[in-house]
Amino acid sequence: MDILTQQLFNGLTIGSVYSLVALGLTLVYGILHIPNFAHGALYMLGAYITLTLMLLWGVHYWIAMAVSVLVVGLLGVIMDRLVFHPLRNAPPIHDKIAAIGILLFLEAFAQLIWGADYRTMETPYGQVIDLFGMTATMQRVLINIGAIVVMILLFLFLKKTYIGSTIIAMAQNREGAHLVGINTNKVAMLTFMISGGLAAIAASLSAPINLVFPGMGHLVILKAFVIIILGGMGSVPGAILGGYILGFTESLGATYLSNDYKDIIAFLMLVVILSIKPKGLFSREGF
Amino acid sequence: MGSLLKKRGWIIGFILAAILFPFVSQNEYFLHILTLAFIWMIAVYGLNLLAGYTGYLSLAHAGFFAIGAYTLGLLTVKAGLNYWIALVLACFLTSAIGAVVGLVALRTREHFFAIYTLCVGYIIYLVIDKWDSLTGGVRGLIGIPAPTSVGPISFQTPLSQYYLILFFLLFTVLVMYRIIHSLTGRTFIAIRNSEDLAQTIGISTMKNKLLVFVISTFFAGLAGALYASFIRFIGPDIGYITIIFDLLTYLLVGGIGTLAGPIVGTFLIVTVSQSLQFLQDYRMLIFGPLLTLLIIFYPRGIVGAYHDWRMKSLAKKKQQLNRKQTYVHTQSTETEKKIKEG
Repeated sequence: MDILTQQLFNGLTIGSVYSLVALGLTLVYGILHIPNFAHGALYMLGAYITLTLMLLWGVHYWIAMAVSVLVVGLLGVIMDRLVFHPLRNAPPIHDKIAAIGILLFLEAFAQLIWGADYRTMETPYGQVIDLFGMTATMQRVLINIGAIVVMILLFLFLKKTYIGSTIIAMAQNREGAHLVGINTNKVAMLTFMISGGLAAIAASLSAPINLVFPGMGHLVILKAFVIIILGGMGSVPGAILGGYILGFTESLGATYLSNDYKDIIAFLMLVVILSIKPKGLFSREGF
Repeated sequence: MGSLLKKRGWIIGFILAAILFPFVSQNEYFLHILTLAFIWMIAVYGLNLLAGYTGYLSLAHAGFFAIGAYTLGLLTVKAGLNYWIALVLACFLTSAIGAVVGLVALRTREHFFAIYTLCVGYIIYLVIDKWDSLTGGVRGLIGIPAPTSVGPISFQTPLSQYYLILFFLLFTVLVMYRIIHSLTGRTFIAIRNSEDLAQTIGISTMKNKLLVFVISTFFAGLAGALYASFIRFIGPDIGYITIIFDLLTYLLVGGIGTLAGPIVGTFLIVTVSQSLQFLQDYRMLIFGPLLTLLIIFYPRGIVGAYHDWRMKSLAKKKQQLNRKQTYVHTQSTETEKKIKEG
């Protein structure tokens, strides 16, 4: 029983990180219909920027994270402007390959600057606390709270603000949005900005409990793809739900099935889902 | 007819150059690199048929490459089978697994297909990496034998292996050429251009897509098996995602959906990365943006760009010719008028 609650909490923590990454991915997919393979590289850069700021200049964790969100968000915008915007009318295979090209570049770039070795990130919240009878580090609690706060803010932004509804409008119908006077280019840039920012938040939150290295985005991005297929490509609630489902499945699978094969669980899940329903579990019906 | 002759000239030139190369250069290092490039070309041809001609971007091909390599390795090392039987079995096992995967994977389309195959590739990699008792896990498989001799011909020297793999490459190109210029090849292209339209005019898309997938994995498996017997050592990282990215780079630089593309692209990138050896881990700093820029400006690679350029200059010539003719024509009518008037 004790192990079970501990593992459920673990699943919640992992799930929060997955959800944040998948949210960025699903937003971009909803707007531009691009499976952004480079999203994992943005996640990785987010962790590195936070780490560097903390190590080199001794910046406080939260400030470092804020800077990282801004930088990675801007990087997303640059990516959109330089690569995806010129390709908007190209056949879909081109976007994918271009995104892979960006991924390869950013990874090699990180390796050039920061080296290939694994690093750990210190956190000011390393203390162990007692939470309803189970032990957890403060950082893990923080990941959960942080993720939920970000999700609520994003939800309010999308539902309650004028700019947020332009994003939803564009996701529903690009031409229609254009017709009623929405500047689709600006909305696309904004979406990439938010998407990059979400990746940076997820990476900065989870880096202290994981390791930081150039290939750290690989598995996360693959799982994020699994999640958005699980939750329906482009659906925001689907991404959140899918993230938590995957988090729980993984942490429970790791304890009760096999730790070696825990990464396979996600992919097997996807293979099974797509085998039964080739268009994903929930087909998209707006936000 | 002229273009056909020219095309044939290119092909004969390439074959002659490949056959004569070992006589020109005795350097064993070059021979090794070239042989390796030939192996990659076979795999890239397999990918090209699927991604270039049928429009399905499979990211699982590194996995199939690894399946081919490991099947050959396990059959020869652990089961002690004859090399040639193992080679044939490796190819067929890979295509059999390809058929099973394809049956399910091809129900999905576009992005779903890419993500699905990416996950399949990753599962293959993880299984190879974790199935310690069979594949040797991260330690890999050592001591894979070189091809055994056929009659009087033995394949122990690098030179003979070079010719053997060149033979397989030419075989691959021949098969591709025949497929692409047949009705089946046209069917694949029709599916790429519009699957719905293809279905409307009575093409069984699923059957054709499955056929393409199986052929494509067959060549991935062949390349993998040849790789295993050439390098003599295989580790799980030959199934990792970076390999499929390498293959994609070769294909895109050369020209996706062109017959000569895989050869041009692989040759160019392999030789260039050999001279950029000091970059090794950082070569993606150059190839990553290159890939992206190519897809924006020259989506059909070097061969495609050359093609477009040829077409344009031909069209221009034709236009000039037409203009001259009309000019002559008007002149002659004018003189006729003058005569009549006179």
